[in-house]
Amino acid sequence: MENQTQARRANKRASDILKAVASFVVIVATTYLGLLAVTFFIGRVVPIDPVLAIVGDRAPAHVVERTRIEMGFNLPYYQQFYLYVKGVLQGDFGTSVLTTNPVMADIRRVFPATMELATVGTVIGAALGIPLGVLAAVKRGSLADQVVRIIGLIGYSVPIFWLGLLALLVFYARLGWTAGPGRIDVVFEYTFTPITGFYLLDAVLNRDWAAFKDIFAHIILPASLLGYFSLAYISRMTRSFMLNELSQEYIVAARAKGLSETRIIWGHALRNAAVPLVTVIALSYAGLLEGSVLTETVFAWPGLGLYITNSLQNADMNAVLGGTIVIGSVFIALNLLSDLLYRLLDPRTRIR
Amino acid sequence: MSTLLHVEDLRVSFPTRTGVVEAVRGVSFALGQERLGIVGESGSGKSQTGRAIMGLTPLQAEIKARRLEFNGIDLLKASAAERRALRGNRIAMILQDPKYSLDPVMTIGRQIVETLRTHEKVGKSEARARALDMLAAVQIRDPKRVYDLYPHEVSGGMGQRAMIAMMLIAGPELLIADEPTSALDVTVQLDILRILDRLVIDRGMGLIFISHDLRLVSTFCDRVIVMYAGKIVEELKASELSQAKHPYTQGLLNCMPKIGENRHPLPVLDRQPEWLL
Repeated sequence: MENQTQARRANKRASDILKAVASFVVIVATTYLGLLAVTFFIGRVVPIDPVLAIVGDRAPAHVVERTRIEMGFNLPYYQQFYLYVKGVLQGDFGTSVLTTNPVMADIRRVFPATMELATVGTVIGAALGIPLGVLAAVKRGSLADQVVRIIGLIGYSVPIFWLGLLALLVFYARLGWTAGPGRIDVVFEYTFTPITGFYLLDAVLNRDWAAFKDIFAHIILPASLLGYFSLAYISRMTRSFMLNELSQEYIVAARAKGLSETRIIWGHALRNAAVPLVTVIALSYAGLLEGSVLTETVFAWPGLGLYITNSLQNADMNAVLGGTIVIGSVFIALNLLSDLLYRLLDPRTRIR
Repeated sequence: MSTLLHVEDLRVSFPTRTGVVEAVRGVSFALGQERLGIVGESGSGKSQTGRAIMGLTPLQAEIKARRLEFNGIDLLKASAAERRALRGNRIAMILQDPKYSLDPVMTIGRQIVETLRTHEKVGKSEARARALDMLAAVQIRDPKRVYDLYPHEVSGGMGQRAMIAMMLIAGPELLIADEPTSALDVTVQLDILRILDRLVIDRGMGLIFISHDLRLVSTFCDRVIVMYAGKIVEELKASELSQAKHPYTQGLLNCMPKIGENRHPLPVLDRQPEWLL
């Protein structure tokens, strides 16, 4: 009897998990299909002729016609869409007119640059933003709270290109504490071989500590800037989530148990505030992964934002759409990741 | 009988934008190893009295008293750290609704162990064993299973038992129960009260039972204090409730409906301005 109930319970649990995974897959597939439909639609309605972009506007009519057929534009739309989806699923975004490389190869080069910058920036933003937000909430109304709020307000309102130039002027040109624009010094151009495209990681893998130091000196300034902007957002959200948690009854109960303030704040309140905070950090990370065009321009950072902007200015639709799909995928992936983290942090959302 | 707690002329006031609000205005009583009920409507200051004894009033509140003494310790002069060492260890409090007063992301077992290990140096396995014993003591049939559950996975009655276990594990001498059954289903209210009653008597604790339900309190306590607008208006033995003199107490007693009674029009408490004095 007991065993039977247990077996039934285990069965139910397994089928629940299976259902959750299935709905996961369906949601991702639907979202992805929607994303592809939108990019396909944009590619067809923009007033840019992809054929002319390749052959040039002085090509004879028969060449234009032949290229049009080669590219499949004579087919009905549903067939075009089918071929498009098939290509994308195989990692084929077409060829970039501007660089003459396959778009996928370009993205493989520029995306790690952006991702490395965004990751370091988010780590800086979260590592400073969360404690500052906690401090502001705990000492609500105090001087510390005001200072944190002003720091946040500046982060929200100061334009990044201005702050970036100023930072370069001060820390690179005047003080010489950091390296200048770019990802790595030209000295290393022939000795440093990228493996993953994440230079810090590559330097560690190559055990090239001189290069590591140089890469770090290059990344720290733009990453700190991005970190500052995400800090502004993260600290503000942390403060409001913490204020909400600190007013809950279980905090009174924790005090009645005689716990220390440290334990109450970090062990109970922040542990609960972490649940919505995960989403906030994931969204801010996703925002940075889009590639911040301004930061990348100021620091000559060969990232995704710069790549897409350049392609857009040169009517390179394949590259633009490829980049858009990558950004969309990043958003989908981060949403899934924060969903999973949510389940890890909040037992109420777990499948039992 | 030795006296556990002396409260003399306790006053709790809150500064607000429109002036100072006095929530408790000169409450005095002494408590031994007995069960004292504090009854009153919302805003009568009964909860604030309990929280002032715990040291859990909000920071901006001002607490004054001629005497506030627990077992010879002057609570007004005690430092924050000294009061923290008392809380959960020698004075404990049970809150109203387990749905909100238990940390939703921590298992019940860990929350109980947390109280114990804050106040006593015990190893992990011993703490676990004692928490399981405590869960059994609040009549949870399957302590091992409940130990690993999260608060949202148990019923209200079960949650309140866990709350009691969490607050009693360090063996306090005084327990303040602030409406411990008000959020529960009527059918489990009596179970919880019986468990509480047995533990209080078996362990020789003093109990302050705060409630708005006068009859419930009278069946369960030795003595009852009736509060109105921050003051004690009447103090009586639970057995002598029917002889209550104050019209407010009588009003509270008469508000219970009787089966078969015709109540039209419904009687309304005729509040006299002089009660406030």
